[in-house]
Amino acid sequence: MPDSDLKAATAAETAALIRRGEVSAGECLSTWLEQASADELNAYLWTADEAAALDGVDQNSKSPVTGVPVAIKDIFCTRGVPTTAASKILEGYRPPYTATAVRRLAAAGMPMLGKTNMDEFAMGSSNENSAYGPALNPWDRKRVPGGSSGGSAAAVAGGLAPWALGTDTGGSIRQPAALCGIVGLKPTYGSVSRYGMIAFASSLDQCGPLTRDVTDAALLLSQIEGRDEMDSTSTGIEGGISLPSAIGLEGLSFGIPVDLLGEGMDPGVRAVFDQTVSTIEGLGGSVREVRLAHASHGISAYYVLAPAEASTNLSRYDGVRYGIRDSNRDLASMYEITRGDGFGAEVKRRIMLGTYALSSGYYDAYYGRAQRVRTMIVRDFDAAFGQVDFVITPTSPSVAFGLGEKTLDPLTMYMSDLFTVPMSLAGVPAISIPSGMASPEGGGEKMPVGFQIAAPAFGEQGLLEAAFALEAALGFDGSIGREGR
Amino acid sequence: MEAVIGLEIHVQLSTQTKMFCGCRLSFGDEPNTHTCPVCLAHPGVLPVPNKKAIDYALLIAAALECEVAPRSIFHRKNYFYPDNPKAYQISQFDIPIAINGRLGDVRIHRAHLEEDAAKMIHVGESGRIQGSDASLVDFNRGGTPLVEIVTEPDLKSGAQVREWGQLLRATIKQLGVSNVNMEEGSLRCDANVSIRPVGSDVLGTKTEMKNMNSFRFIERGIEAEIERQKQLVASGGRVVQETLHYDPTSGELHSLRSKEEAHDYRYLPEPDLVPIAPSEQMITSARESLPELPAAKASRYRDQLGVQDAAALLLSFETEWAEFFEGVVAADDSIEPRVAANWVTGELAAELRKQGDEAPSGSRVTPASLAVLVGLVASKRVSHSAAKNVLEIMVAEGGEALEIVKEQGLEQISDSGELEAMVEAAIEANPKPAEQVRSGNDKAIGALVGAVMKQSKGRADGGEVTRLLKEKLSG
Repeated sequence: MPDSDLKAATAAETAALIRRGEVSAGECLSTWLEQASADELNAYLWTADEAAALDGVDQNSKSPVTGVPVAIKDIFCTRGVPTTAASKILEGYRPPYTATAVRRLAAAGMPMLGKTNMDEFAMGSSNENSAYGPALNPWDRKRVPGGSSGGSAAAVAGGLAPWALGTDTGGSIRQPAALCGIVGLKPTYGSVSRYGMIAFASSLDQCGPLTRDVTDAALLLSQIEGRDEMDSTSTGIEGGISLPSAIGLEGLSFGIPVDLLGEGMDPGVRAVFDQTVSTIEGLGGSVREVRLAHASHGISAYYVLAPAEASTNLSRYDGVRYGIRDSNRDLASMYEITRGDGFGAEVKRRIMLGTYALSSGYYDAYYGRAQRVRTMIVRDFDAAFGQVDFVITPTSPSVAFGLGEKTLDPLTMYMSDLFTVPMSLAGVPAISIPSGMASPEGGGEKMPVGFQIAAPAFGEQGLLEAAFALEAALGFDGSIGREGR
Repeated sequence: MEAVIGLEIHVQLSTQTKMFCGCRLSFGDEPNTHTCPVCLAHPGVLPVPNKKAIDYALLIAAALECEVAPRSIFHRKNYFYPDNPKAYQISQFDIPIAINGRLGDVRIHRAHLEEDAAKMIHVGESGRIQGSDASLVDFNRGGTPLVEIVTEPDLKSGAQVREWGQLLRATIKQLGVSNVNMEEGSLRCDANVSIRPVGSDVLGTKTEMKNMNSFRFIERGIEAEIERQKQLVASGGRVVQETLHYDPTSGELHSLRSKEEAHDYRYLPEPDLVPIAPSEQMITSARESLPELPAAKASRYRDQLGVQDAAALLLSFETEWAEFFEGVVAADDSIEPRVAANWVTGELAAELRKQGDEAPSGSRVTPASLAVLVGLVASKRVSHSAAKNVLEIMVAEGGEALEIVKEQGLEQISDSGELEAMVEAAIEANPKPAEQVRSGNDKAIGALVGAVMKQSKGRADGGEVTRLLKEKLSG
């Protein structure tokens, strides 16, 4: 079969071709390795050769994904393979072990294409905080792919990988998926092991799929979820995940959190959102308003809690055991210069914010208060899910913005996560699916708009069913140049 | 002025593996051979708590009569140092696993679980960090499970600290949860010391004394610090909060750091771990599996068995000795426990020490063979002094008491004719002391008794010899 067909196929379709013997796993891998090595989007920080791609892979696996290669965000530790979390401080670091999620994919027979670009230590919404330069949005290379899993999103949307693994702390899977016109799923906190995922904010970090469609998201999630004895906060999803097949939304209710959708949204994004709501109603779903009274404080709470955890998580990068080390023989200077040289500006900003928030005398005013806000947001979601099956929002208030457009204004950048952070704080699963195209506010070519659906904790199966039905009705397949309607 | 002292004791648990990873615990092995990504704090790793360590902590909590928290949580204690690879130690902060206990006359404030730091080795002549050429880190120890026990400030003197410390060590040892070896660092004790006017209930400014590796040194260090504080206050000075090191060789106190240099540890609830919520069954089973603890054992020996105070304490602090003692008593129920205790803690311990042995377990003497010997003395078949000779042979070569007595001809002289003849011979051979006794100097009788004992090779009953001598010389 021609390569172009393979490149156009979804991962699930590719797996079926391999199972039926229409294409061999070897051909599939060489096609995708060729694609990955032709990366013009700076989506990859490292690409594998055939031997590295197959290292540790069970090629005899009879899993439903055997032979389909995957791109891995550079935040996952991979044995013997450079792993930097896009930070200079980990330059040259090759971990002695492999993350659980990646190990599960290898055990299922999936080769690794390479390690994808990201914001340094997953801190950012544009991929511009990478120490190795930003990944580019394949729809318009002058625009950002979103972040922090920008490289993973760009690779999937740009045809450099069939699918990819990312991580989401406050929107880092969903927002880049939205900005690149693909599907991104953040599972319930605890569904997937965090072992081997370089920690940013441990109580929020969660690993998930970035894919071309909802079926692929279900398929990839089914391979990575599960309890892991190396992560005592992991539980897995009871009953596992099966491929979605719903064709309508009858009997399902969707809540729009009016408190959250007040201001700061591009008119074009609003229009696509309203249209998608009509589609839901057309499929038999009911839509109503719900209250998430404290969700608008989510960003403020998040930017205390996440930096606080990050400030202690990132303390281990001290030059003593791995990564770069300044040659100064005085201990304090060695620490200061190593960390001063090794971390980028945004990482330093968050370490300082977090250190301050945890300082004695300030703990209650910042960390303690932010925790209380988080508890209230959890209760808001509990109450909302008592009334509706799903909560819906646009994934991001704007379409992909221009490179450099927001780098000088961190607060505006932080607002990119306004709609995704509350779900992270509540620990509930949420998916972003492409829902249409809209012009950027300052004018220009239309860019993809994502639609976010959130479900109660461990409600992934129901979430995937609803997203699957809606995806079919929207008819947007995530390919560049083909706009849904 | 009176001293007020509180203690912080770190107990290394003797689990198979470390607190949060599967690496084996070790002491004295090749550096950095028991490490993994978790205890080296590689990026992305997560801690998983050691269930055995939690069980051990529950045992300690039960032995110290503590309340166990239904849900205790781990915190991160943040500070940068090369022996602390995550740059935070996982410890417990505001909700420890155990609170409000007691051991003897000292109240326990809290006990919590944490992980040990790695070991720093300073390369250079001094072996200390000052003036060293470089510092190396051995991560074998890093991540060893620790229970930190904090007392209320209920102690008043260095001697009391030593005695109570020894009771605590014996108690923990009895539980079998730690090697409690202070030189190897599996038991470490810090003391907070302050003084105040007698009768005051206000606490004075305290100093913290760190890194003392024996209870003798702790006693001396605390006494030196109390003296220093008293002199300071008497001369109009004020105690400053600081951390001190006591050098046992020079007897001097050195300041390690002052309050101004104190860390802000930025405690954070550890998001990688769920709370420890022991089931009712775990707590009950810890309580029920408690062995008889030293304090209870000592009072049982004293009050029920009539063992003398000092012997009761010695026996109850050392499991092995207690077992040996109980073995002697069990072997022959006609032996008085008081007498058996004296033999075990007195003659046997002394003989073992003399022959270079510390514990009875490896020796050739068994509880049963000692019981036979004690029985022979009690029934007056062997004199006390002959029995000591027998014991010396038993410790050196082993063997049964009765056979040794026969082989050596040490059976007590029961034939009064034989003894009388010996007494008369002694009077004749030592006319001078004999004359002195006759003229009323009772002390001189010792020389005559000695002569009889020597001649009889210890087979004579000293009491009987004295009686006969007096009888002969008073006439």
